[in-house]
Amino acid sequence: MWMLGPVGFTSPLLLLGLIALPILWLLLRAVPPAPIRRRFPGVALLLGLTDDEVEADKTPWWLLLLRMAAIAAAIIAFAGPVLNPQQRDQASGPLLILMDGSWADARDWPRRMDRAAALVEEAARDGRTVALARLTDPPTPLAFQAANAWAERLNGILPQPWAPDLTAWADGLPEGDFASFWLSDGVDHPGRADLLAALEAKGSVTVFESPRPIVALRPARFEDGVVKITASRLPAGPEAGFDISARGLDPAGIERELARLPLTFAADETEAEASLSLPPELRNRISRFELAGIRSAGAISLTDDSLKRRKVALISGQGGAEGLQLLSPTHYLRQALEPVAELIDGSLSDVVLASPDVIVLADVATLSPDEADAIWNWLDKGGLLLRFAGPRLAASDVSRSSEDALMPVRLREGGRNVGGAMSWGEPKSLAAFTDASPFYGLEIPADVTVTAQVLAQPDPDLSARTIAALADGTPLVTRKAVGQGQVVLFHVTANAEWSSLPLSGLFVQMLERLAVSTRPAAPDAADLEGQTWVPQVMLDGFGALGDAGDHPGVPGADLARAIGGPGPSSAMPPGLYAGDDRRLALNVLGVETPLQAAFWPDRIAREGLEVETEQALKGQLLAAALALLLVDVLAALAVSGRLTGGLRNTAALLGLLALLMPAPPANAQTAPVEAQTNGLPDDLRAIEATNAVRLGHVVTGNAQIDRVSEAGLRGLGRRLFERTTIEPEDPIAVNIETDELAFFPFLYWPITTDQPAPSGATYAKLNRYLRTGGMILFDTRDGDISGSTTTPEARRLQLLAAPLDIPPLEILPEDHVLTRTFYLLQDFPGRYASRALWVEASPPDAEQAEGMPFRNLNDGVTPVVIGGNDWAAAWALDDRGAPMFPVGRGYAGERQREIATRFGINLIMHVLTGNYKSDQVHVPALLERLGQ
Amino acid sequence: MSQTAPSLAALQARAETLGQSLPALLAQADQLAATVILGDHGRRRAGMGDEFWQYRPAHAGDSAAMIDWRRSARSDAHFVREREWQAAQTVMLWVDPARSLTFSGEKSRPTKAERAQLLALALSVLLLRGGERVGLTSDHERPRAGRAQVLHLAQLLTAEGETPADFGAPDVTGIVSHGRAVFFSDFLGDPAGVEAALGMASDRGVRGALVQILDPAEEEFPFDGRTIFESMGGTMRHETLRAGDLRARYLDRLAERKARLETLARASGWHYLCHHTGQTAQSALLWLFTALERGR
Repeated sequence: MWMLGPVGFTSPLLLLGLIALPILWLLLRAVPPAPIRRRFPGVALLLGLTDDEVEADKTPWWLLLLRMAAIAAAIIAFAGPVLNPQQRDQASGPLLILMDGSWADARDWPRRMDRAAALVEEAARDGRTVALARLTDPPTPLAFQAANAWAERLNGILPQPWAPDLTAWADGLPEGDFASFWLSDGVDHPGRADLLAALEAKGSVTVFESPRPIVALRPARFEDGVVKITASRLPAGPEAGFDISARGLDPAGIERELARLPLTFAADETEAEASLSLPPELRNRISRFELAGIRSAGAISLTDDSLKRRKVALISGQGGAEGLQLLSPTHYLRQALEPVAELIDGSLSDVVLASPDVIVLADVATLSPDEADAIWNWLDKGGLLLRFAGPRLAASDVSRSSEDALMPVRLREGGRNVGGAMSWGEPKSLAAFTDASPFYGLEIPADVTVTAQVLAQPDPDLSARTIAALADGTPLVTRKAVGQGQVVLFHVTANAEWSSLPLSGLFVQMLERLAVSTRPAAPDAADLEGQTWVPQVMLDGFGALGDAGDHPGVPGADLARAIGGPGPSSAMPPGLYAGDDRRLALNVLGVETPLQAAFWPDRIAREGLEVETEQALKGQLLAAALALLLVDVLAALAVSGRLTGGLRNTAALLGLLALLMPAPPANAQTAPVEAQTNGLPDDLRAIEATNAVRLGHVVTGNAQIDRVSEAGLRGLGRRLFERTTIEPEDPIAVNIETDELAFFPFLYWPITTDQPAPSGATYAKLNRYLRTGGMILFDTRDGDISGSTTTPEARRLQLLAAPLDIPPLEILPEDHVLTRTFYLLQDFPGRYASRALWVEASPPDAEQAEGMPFRNLNDGVTPVVIGGNDWAAAWALDDRGAPMFPVGRGYAGERQREIATRFGINLIMHVLTGNYKSDQVHVPALLERLGQ
Repeated sequence: MSQTAPSLAALQARAETLGQSLPALLAQADQLAATVILGDHGRRRAGMGDEFWQYRPAHAGDSAAMIDWRRSARSDAHFVREREWQAAQTVMLWVDPARSLTFSGEKSRPTKAERAQLLALALSVLLLRGGERVGLTSDHERPRAGRAQVLHLAQLLTAEGETPADFGAPDVTGIVSHGRAVFFSDFLGDPAGVEAALGMASDRGVRGALVQILDPAEEEFPFDGRTIFESMGGTMRHETLRAGDLRARYLDRLAERKARLETLARASGWHYLCHHTGQTAQSALLWLFTALERGR
């Protein structure tokens, strides 16, 4: 192939024909336009008149140019020009395809898969063997296989939400020489240079990189009273703005966007920061931040307890007493808690009303019965009462003879002093924490000593309630559960009077472990040493949250290391990990994780992901030549004066030309459609929904899709009315969160990628609906074979439908009752004509009776039908009763629409008559019996 | 219309067509004539006629048969009933048979010849209804009055003669002295023929009207580009490379020709009308009728 800039020619010799153009010029120029003969009686008057000019017997230059252009276009067209021709290197030998498969890939994953598929296909054509590896997986030995074998497996490969670890891959490369294609995510990962070197040693390496910038969120942190969140991008470019959406559960338990804040990258900056100021009630609800519109695990930043600030009420026994501040019972508590919690002051009865998370009673002995009741009730609902001992408590009779409800243990009178001037012995130090203690793993500084304490009565469950003790075994901290809450007693004062504990860092850590305060910053390994953290919520590569399932717990120290440094890995996927009393988020990017662009040496061939597809220009050029010739016809007519019919003919010709031009697609209407019955009160809605058969469609929040669903069901309803005895009224838009579902025999549920997942209560409602005979038609509207995970809609459907109580499914068997409830059908097309339609699997023991065309499948209306043929669009009728969308082409298209309508009729018949048609199998037997 | 070779089949077909078109032409002419309401056509003096004119006292010498007894019985004197004098005029028509009249600038428009025939026949219908004698100058028969003459004229007008010339000159052979004459033509040929004919007609005391029938295309000259113009018979041709440039000069010449015809007509007491086939025939007919009335 001969190249000229980006255009290659398949038969360049034909271009020599262009040399003939100047000759053509001379030839054409000599020939004047042919005269027209006209019969005209007025010729008698013309005799003797001469022409002023004699120019017109030569063809005008512009007409010549037009003709030359037409001929040149034709010559070039036949020379076979191809734009961006793929220089097929006829490389033979094995091909290794490496894909980073990390979160940074997720944003344009379908295109990467397309590229990989194209590579595999090309290799299949060339008869090369292929090995394919996702580098985010743990290294496995690679084996080259026939390319066809990979083509099928390719669809199942999904990006992982962590960065690949490339160090180990370099060693496991296969033997022998091979070429490599590396679909890089554009981020520099550790060990990349080594792997590249290893690959280069084996053969040529080509790198594919996406030109699209990578944007990722770092964990949110709490600073100076506001939440700050940082985003990074690669590469730095011009100024760009993003929206960060803060999401969390609303009071009804439905996930919503709680706040949205703009974030702007300054030009040539890779980092940008946004701050969010929210009331604590709202802030504590935030479960994650996400970059709106980007589907990648990197665009999600999960929040954990570090953002949640607990409300702590501090109550001291010496209310109002003047004294030195350092002697104040709450001074050290205040110091420790101020940066990490919301402190509430006030009288006990007042602060209980504010429902704090923690109430700290520092040396408060007796409580009034009202106060005690209020605290008891508050404790029962999950509060944490933290009490400190002190002279007042030691002197009081509280919990002396019998255990006080608000004390974990009974106390001995008086307490004890050790290591003081009036006592023997050294001040006591702390014993190491046992592994049952929440403090297990904390290091005890040597200088923490206790000089005085209150003593617990040795009761049977004392040891169980002790969570910290002195070296001599006397309890220092005791705890008991009350209802859902707990009471914790420090047997020392909250100030430095009785011990040096409040002066040490251990005090802060203990408060933290007790979840009085929250972790101010990233935990270090030592903090989490010895704990096991269980993943609760996990992120997938696309940033979708999923249940952790039975993923094993991880050691706390490893988790702390992962949060602080290298980030998640296959052993520790990103997500939310729950420990004893706290939750920690492991995000894709840590606070400090570097995000650096991968640098490829110049010797490495690089390709943008946007593969410029080969485009043959022959057709366009020939069309251009034809168009030029058409223009030439007009121009020649004009020159020779034959274009007489005036403007009309010209307009007609121009109109014809305009028809040949491709028309720009009409803008889809985007007017939001108010769900028609949304404004009605519940009762009216119920009456509206139940006084006739009504089909329902699930509101997706996308106005366009909702409109199509509504029009589709209306169209289907009209057909039902015309052809069957089912006479449905206009369909109703159903909000599955708020509306009663029991009224609708049938719900149409189009899947959109941005559809919010229903809340738990809604899932319960949906399950009840499915169990009690409702049917939902899920439509991914992508024409894809449902059940595969290749399209975003299908993945969203998987996510949405996971909590639903759906029986085992199978692709609709040929003898399913849906194929004959009204029409006899074998295809179920909508706008697409994919054959796969998933319904409840028939029982395994179904068997075909002798002489019967169908198996004996008696019971069960399938509760769900899942497909992706975009049925609503095929059914949709506009206000005038004309189809809203084209289906297929010509007559075959109309036939497809008709079959789609028939499927709809069959479906509704199936919903309303159940397995009636299946029972028809028994009719011959019944008739026979009647005859006897 | 009639340039085709006179093969038998073609002749037959044409004859049939004509046989069909003759009543159509007649009906059309009748229809057109019906739109003109006849005013009183009498001589406004007593004489031979059908219409009552006046009663006058009987003179001596009036025969008894002339006395109107019914009128006389109402008084003592005798009265004679007089009738208005109604004398028939002779109107000679000449319709140019030349080929140049077979031109039509557009398919939807009638040719000039068709329009000339229509006008001539409609005028004949009108005049015959008024009791005048009408004839064609080229006819060997004398002009006659009566309804039957219409059919005769129609046959003559649509008759196929020998292949005519490209341009024609008025034929004044059968013209009746002191009668009326109407010439229908496009007068695009040599004006000398018209002048001669008009002079001869004036000499015999004949007055009348010149009706120049033109196609709008001839008035507008909507041509452009390299063109060879040919007369309808092909005897005359003119080639131009830019027809558009000739337009102004052509229009000047046309205006000159019209002016010449008009002065010629005025000088000999004739009337001149330039009629376009794009206009309705009715206006031309009305004009013709009044022109003939005026000249009476």
